[in-house]
Amino acid sequence: MAMITADPKDVPHVGQFVFTPENLAKVRELMSHYPAGRQASAVIAVLDLAQRQQGWLPRVAMDEVAKLLDMAPIRVYEIATFYTMFQLKPRGKYLLQVCTTTPCWLRGSEAVMKACQHAADGETFSVQEVECLGGCVNAPVVQINDDFYEDLDETSMAKVLDAFRRGETPKPGPQVDRQTSAPIGGATTLRSE
Amino acid sequence: MLGDKDRIFTNLYGAHDWHLAGARARGAWDNTKAILDKGHDGIIDEMKKSGLRGRGGAGFPTGLKWSFMPKEVKDRPHYLIVNADESEPGTCKDRDILRHDPHLFIEGCLVAGFAMRANAGYIYVRGEFYNEAQNLIVAIREAYEAGLLGKNACGSGWDFDLYVHRGAGAYICGEETALLESLEGKKGMPRLKPPFPAGSGLYGCPSTVNNVESIAVAPTILRRGAAWFAGIGRPNNTGTKLFCISGHVNKPCNVEEEMGIPLRELIDRHAGGVRGGWDNLLAVIPGGASVPLLPKSICDTVLMDFDSLRDQRSGLGTAAVIVMDKSTDVVKAIARLSYFYKHESCGQCTPCREGTGWMWRVMERMVTGNARLEEIDALEEVTKQVEGHTICALGDAAAWPIQGLIRHFRPEMERRIRARTEKLAAE
Repeated sequence: MAMITADPKDVPHVGQFVFTPENLAKVRELMSHYPAGRQASAVIAVLDLAQRQQGWLPRVAMDEVAKLLDMAPIRVYEIATFYTMFQLKPRGKYLLQVCTTTPCWLRGSEAVMKACQHAADGETFSVQEVECLGGCVNAPVVQINDDFYEDLDETSMAKVLDAFRRGETPKPGPQVDRQTSAPIGGATTLRSE
Repeated sequence: MLGDKDRIFTNLYGAHDWHLAGARARGAWDNTKAILDKGHDGIIDEMKKSGLRGRGGAGFPTGLKWSFMPKEVKDRPHYLIVNADESEPGTCKDRDILRHDPHLFIEGCLVAGFAMRANAGYIYVRGEFYNEAQNLIVAIREAYEAGLLGKNACGSGWDFDLYVHRGAGAYICGEETALLESLEGKKGMPRLKPPFPAGSGLYGCPSTVNNVESIAVAPTILRRGAAWFAGIGRPNNTGTKLFCISGHVNKPCNVEEEMGIPLRELIDRHAGGVRGGWDNLLAVIPGGASVPLLPKSICDTVLMDFDSLRDQRSGLGTAAVIVMDKSTDVVKAIARLSYFYKHESCGQCTPCREGTGWMWRVMERMVTGNARLEEIDALEEVTKQVEGHTICALGDAAAWPIQGLIRHFRPEMERRIRARTEKLAAE
């Protein structure tokens, strides 16, 4: 089993966490999706909002989420350490989540990982090995913040990272000439229109 | 081969507009009221007749599943839950539905929700699919604005609300009761069954959990008729299916094909063939990481459906075809899956929590041959101690790939052990 942990020496002290008014409105909206008394259902979404605001999840943010959702703080800590998308320590501006599960490994994720590790400096880029991202016909896949970069190899990965370094946002999706999950060279179906 | 006129997902690759106008032009939301006018039980009967079996992996008949919901809404509301936590290695079909054909799917949610007398539905989308969830949220908003969802949905007199609930990275939440726990704001740890979700699911209320693809095909089945769908494929394995072909093929892709298509035809026709030609094939995992792999000799003739693959002691699973050519270190490929299950075990049941780690460590030794020959039997024995001894099927899923490897590639495992022993003896 995977337990999300952070070495205390990597976790800076954060004295206080409050949601911005816009995010607080989003929290209320998210809570309204669930029946009265079931607001704990929103915990993943609200923690995600906190993480987006802060860049990572300090304990004071979890405590704030617990207060808003009327949950015992330990229940919120449990969630934050169980689900792998929560970051319990600060990370670089771009989080490189490299999929290395078998379908990506078969198509060269080791070389892609190497390119990412080479770039990881903890400031601009942090790198994390992740399990199947669900983009297997476009393997190897790397998720960078919210976007999937697909059909990568060592060279195209380095190109993508260089573009981020220059402050650009390279186009997500396949990094070879193909339309999403269609075969390279054009679809074999859905051509009759 | 399936003709384009019989394809349900006409925007699979996102070549066209996924918004409401585009979806309508392709036939979604076409007189949905007429479908709902068939009545709750009329819809369920039609779904039963279509022979649709759940597309999330287990292949349970969808219409039958819907019929388990109580026939009357009493003190507890009914819920439709859709499992969009697509995380089975090799599988990426629901992603295309969510981002490229969300309206087809949302219409399915209304139809399914209505059939099971639910006034609310939750779609559990894996957290990594951020952009896909955003498309879905926009499409749901469009449907509300057009009066297709919400109060008196599609003018049917039925109220139906639909919500997107994002996960945060946990394979186990694809297990239906773990998904319900997660939806309630807890760790995704599977529940003991019974009670089954249809009796006591989300918040203890009657609930049914369906895969995205199962829901998304429903409106087309109901519009074109059960007989149309049942006429595609083979008996007990009917309809069309989205296949994901990954690994060592020339052109990896997703494609909608007829159930029961020969594996070789699927790969040759749509994925550009095996890298280096069919004779360069070593093995195929035919239904996502959880099912046992098949050696080339079986791949030559096997049909891609539930019963054919079960007869070969494998499974259709999610129809995620992972192809490995002769350059593959097959023991390492399976060892990597063992690591996956070790990582994703929720830790609740001892056989799985301890067993997945143990199996992975032994598999890593098998990769280099750092083992004794008897340990292959010991490994197989342990897979059987895990299989069937856990609350959910993750234990089984961790055991099966290893069992498949031993069944079909035992000589290769033995060869590595002997080679290493001989090398050590020579030194």
